[in-house]
Amino acid sequence: MLTIRNLRGGYGRIEVLHGVSLSVRRGEVVALVGANGAGKSTLLKAVSGLLPQWTGEVLFDGRPLQGKKPPEIVALGVGLVPEGRWIFPPMSVVDNLRLGAYLRLRRGDHKGVEEELERVYELFPILAERRRQPAGILSGGEQQMLAMGRALMTRPRMLLLDEPTTGLAPLLVEKIFQIIARLRDESLTFLLVEQNAQGALALADRGYVLETGRMVLQGRARELLEDQEVKRAYLGRDYKEFVEGRV
Amino acid sequence: MTGKRRLWATTAFAGAIAVASMAVSNAYHQQLLTVIGIHTLLALGLNMLMGYAGQISLGHAAFYGLGAYGTGILTTHYGWSPWAAFPLVLVAAGAVAYVIGRPTLKLSGYYLAMGTLGLGIIGHVIFREWDSMTGGASGMVGIPPLQVGGTVLSLGRSGMILVWVVVLMAFFFCDRLVDSRIGRALRALGDSQGAAAACGVDTGRLKAVIFSFSAVLTALAGFLYAHLVGFISPSSFDFLMSIRMVTMVVIGGMASIYGSLFGASVITLLPEWLHVFSDYEMMVYGLVLMLVMIFLPQGLTRGVLDALEGVKSES
Repeated sequence: MLTIRNLRGGYGRIEVLHGVSLSVRRGEVVALVGANGAGKSTLLKAVSGLLPQWTGEVLFDGRPLQGKKPPEIVALGVGLVPEGRWIFPPMSVVDNLRLGAYLRLRRGDHKGVEEELERVYELFPILAERRRQPAGILSGGEQQMLAMGRALMTRPRMLLLDEPTTGLAPLLVEKIFQIIARLRDESLTFLLVEQNAQGALALADRGYVLETGRMVLQGRARELLEDQEVKRAYLGRDYKEFVEGRV
Repeated sequence: MTGKRRLWATTAFAGAIAVASMAVSNAYHQQLLTVIGIHTLLALGLNMLMGYAGQISLGHAAFYGLGAYGTGILTTHYGWSPWAAFPLVLVAAGAVAYVIGRPTLKLSGYYLAMGTLGLGIIGHVIFREWDSMTGGASGMVGIPPLQVGGTVLSLGRSGMILVWVVVLMAFFFCDRLVDSRIGRALRALGDSQGAAAACGVDTGRLKAVIFSFSAVLTALAGFLYAHLVGFISPSSFDFLMSIRMVTMVVIGGMASIYGSLFGASVITLLPEWLHVFSDYEMMVYGLVLMLVMIFLPQGLTRGVLDALEGVKSES
């Protein structure tokens, strides 16, 4: 569904991604893990059209995304839940959600949008309770749900999630992961960027490990979870355990 | 605003206009109210751009002048009827703003302020220097008044009613706009362009469109001004006018439709009230603006509403 070949890009003269390749098949959850500054968010920005300059090839459903603006990419069915949520604090919860349906409302699909709204409320009941409140007063977890709900309102076929669980309490992290699993069962495809490698790989079908702009590992998520390198670098196991384990 | 509240507010506002138009018979007061109405249109136009979409313009006097000089030139030099000039002037303002706005609004913050400042200066220079058309520094006289049927609408009761009916319609329209899909996208734009783009909003285009819309409202104010006063000169459309417009928006309250009315009223009335300070007038004027900003940083509308709520919750 999504194919990235030899993607290079960055900010100004600084190149962050040095030729990255990745693919996501329909119905998969693919986790992209890596440390801070590895280029994970930059990759998502390139796919969603928010990175002005990049080279290489990005294909969605076989269509090249090079040169396309964010609204066109949204219209193709790629939804982005940006890092740091990027909700609109003074606007009410329901206005934030409706904003996600901007392109669909322009086509006059009012009925479809209202149905979608009900679906989002069903997924995240707390948003229904707080629909009239300004989004800025929601808690961090609720804001994350709102950001996801807003992206779902674009009716995506593929969702790009940028660190959806950063800074959330463990219970909420689990909740977010449950919802991703549920949406996958409803045939949504995910590219999930996470620093929480353990949780992301436990949920994902396949995984990629990005290190300073290069893909260093890829494979089935379960195998990556067992991989010594990944464990040492990203799963926060004690270094000693490995050294002694190897001896 | 919900539909019911909007209806209520509009009805109350219409009622106030009707009462005022009958009660106010002093020519000075009528003139003052007319000017406030025109300034309200200016503030409203700029508020749509600044308050909602978060894009500053320090050059809106150019569009105000475009409306005034456009209709002035067409009616006096070419003998057009004002009503024929009306659509052309508004369309011209919108088109000019779109063409200039598309590249200029790629800038943001201070850079956008500088870019639009340049636009205002260019406008002012054209109004002042294009002698054969604009009359140069001494201005244009003899702009014909508007007529509806056989009635001449001039400064006084008829002009005042005309301006306020236009204000009422503009309020109603902008209020609806703010509550619509476009309005949500505008507010999103003011907040974060990246996030708005991620929702599918074509930010570059939307910014140019709202710049253009705001220019049309501003030119409409210029059109009314030219035909009601009958005389225009470049000094009414200079850099200070652009600044005054920004001040009206900020003092009244950003992103507030009725804030435009408050801001325009204060900025228009304050100098009249401060005449008693004679030599110190401008100093007191500046002081008042400073105090408002220090104590009511979100503008008069929000400040007064907050104060009212404070009183309510205490009692």
